[in-house]
Amino acid sequence: MSLWKVAWRSIQQRLFVSALTVLSMGLGVALVVAVLVVYGVVSQSFHRGGEGYDLIVGAKGGREQLVLNTVFYLSQPVGNIPYSYFEELTIGKFAPAVEAAIPVCMGHNYQGFRVVGTVPEMFTELKYRGDKSYEFAAGKNFQVENHFEGVLGSVAAARTKLHVGEPFKAVHGSGIGGHTHKQPFTVVGILKPTGTPVDRAVFVNMYGFHDIHRAEAIISGDREGNADHDRIKEITAALVCTNSAAETDVIKRAINRDKVAQAVSPVRVIADLFEGIVGKLQWILLGMGILTTVVAGIGIMVSIYNSMSDRRHEIAVMRALGASRTTVMLVIMMESVLLALMGGALGLLIGHGAIWLCSPWIAEQTGVIVGLLQFQLIELILVPGLIILAAAVGYLPAMAAYRTDVSQSLITTP
Amino acid sequence: MLLLKDLVKTFTQPDGSILPVLDIPEYRVEAGEQVALVGQSGCGKTTLLHMIAGIGRPDSGKVRIDDWDITLMPEAEVDRFRADRIGYVFQTFNLLAGFSALENVLLSMRFAHGRPDRARARHLLDRVGMSHRTTHRPAQLSVGEKQRVAVARALANKPQLLLADEPTANVDAGHQQQILDLIRGTCEEENVALIMVTHSDEVARQFQRVDHLNEFNRSAVGYVQVGNKRI
Repeated sequence: MSLWKVAWRSIQQRLFVSALTVLSMGLGVALVVAVLVVYGVVSQSFHRGGEGYDLIVGAKGGREQLVLNTVFYLSQPVGNIPYSYFEELTIGKFAPAVEAAIPVCMGHNYQGFRVVGTVPEMFTELKYRGDKSYEFAAGKNFQVENHFEGVLGSVAAARTKLHVGEPFKAVHGSGIGGHTHKQPFTVVGILKPTGTPVDRAVFVNMYGFHDIHRAEAIISGDREGNADHDRIKEITAALVCTNSAAETDVIKRAINRDKVAQAVSPVRVIADLFEGIVGKLQWILLGMGILTTVVAGIGIMVSIYNSMSDRRHEIAVMRALGASRTTVMLVIMMESVLLALMGGALGLLIGHGAIWLCSPWIAEQTGVIVGLLQFQLIELILVPGLIILAAAVGYLPAMAAYRTDVSQSLITTP
Repeated sequence: MLLLKDLVKTFTQPDGSILPVLDIPEYRVEAGEQVALVGQSGCGKTTLLHMIAGIGRPDSGKVRIDDWDITLMPEAEVDRFRADRIGYVFQTFNLLAGFSALENVLLSMRFAHGRPDRARARHLLDRVGMSHRTTHRPAQLSVGEKQRVAVARALANKPQLLLADEPTANVDAGHQQQILDLIRGTCEEENVALIMVTHSDEVARQFQRVDHLNEFNRSAVGYVQVGNKRI
């Protein structure tokens, strides 16, 4: 009979108290697990957004705002850059180093989802999450010659309940309540989920995006202003893929020297944003989780220590049977470790179970699909961490067992 | 087999005074011998068993079992020695509540040298008539059954010496003789020396050798005179 079994029997003897102790430890660990998994989800969701292109070229201003607006479809556009500057990337001085440059135009929404004016190449030349190509769950990509066609991200399609063939009208501004343009766009395709902010946006033909303003300007008689031209004058930003990392740096430095626009590496800005916003929050939540686990660990100590007066006689009997002081001490420590590990297992189950139950909602919000058995690498430290905690909190009651006066305890009637 | 030489044990009382309990110039028990140890309550019988088992340490003197003086051994070695060579049957059985009858016997083997011998544990339970109750916990056993399991446990490691502290005191009259026969019979079978503390004349009469602690314990003389309570 192993000492583990002896420790286990002791736990069974005090089943109710042991179960409560395990539950409290489980809740602490579940909180830690939930924080770690959510952090992983947010991290993935954050970092995936900027994958697929090397640079964002936009108006001068805050680089974080440019990334938030262009990658995550949050915040307001910094401003616009001349279309002629965009052409420097496609046919001008930067063109030899550029593999693809996709223009994006912002400033409209549909039911709260950003409407992005762009070109069909957005979904043919750009990749997402490294090397994945965009695919359509329904319909197809819009055509450059059909100005009033649009494509919806998976979440946007699900939320707006728009289907292929149905019309929708863009609203000016980024929130509800702006001016609704009269000219509708028609949904021609719905993208498959990508796990990136693309899922939560509506994409329309950039020329149609431009035309709705021009048409309304013409109707309102503004022929002298923005309306009397056939070609696009400005875009919000350009998503640029370069031929090599070295070319990226060259172009970036060159653009940033110009007074017209700025170029930022989205991955680096996203990493900074993530650390700045989510990173600190993660440490606070993780600290709370660890604190809860330590409190639960102290619960184990109190639970075992309180039982020592009842168990002094039992320990004395074991000693009389030949168990050494070290052996009875080990049994108590093992009991503490078993309680902590059971709490840890329960916590993993509760933590991952809760996240798994929320996974449809998480997938809808972030595009990240969380499986029941999707563990974060950092969770591996839970096991040694809990064993160390258990050994620390088990030490005091173990010492009480160690110091038990066998002769005196045997004489005392149990 | 057992030799106590100049064994002295005292306790310090709450008021700081010293209470002499044992002062034994010499005491011997031979291998396989069975001895009934009698004496008034509080005269130091249980303390003497604790000294022999190494559960307590004497102030001075020797406790030799075979050629080993356990008073010279470090505590951990005494624990192992006790597990290997000394069986102990308590008045209150002292079975561990969380373990089945079989596990109580196996647990005793766990602390000795060698691996727990499940076959021997079953054999011993069979020998004490408990083969049909091996998976029962102490709470599910009658008083007599508990003591029978305790006897099996005490013999688990093939001890050379069995110490029994009033093993029939808490057993109903109908089962007392059964328990006594069981302990004596199994000790005889396994050639185990037995020291059985008892208050019962009926039990003591069945032993060829009956030792009165007061007759060889010099400290016991003062007990009657001052009326101090001892264990």
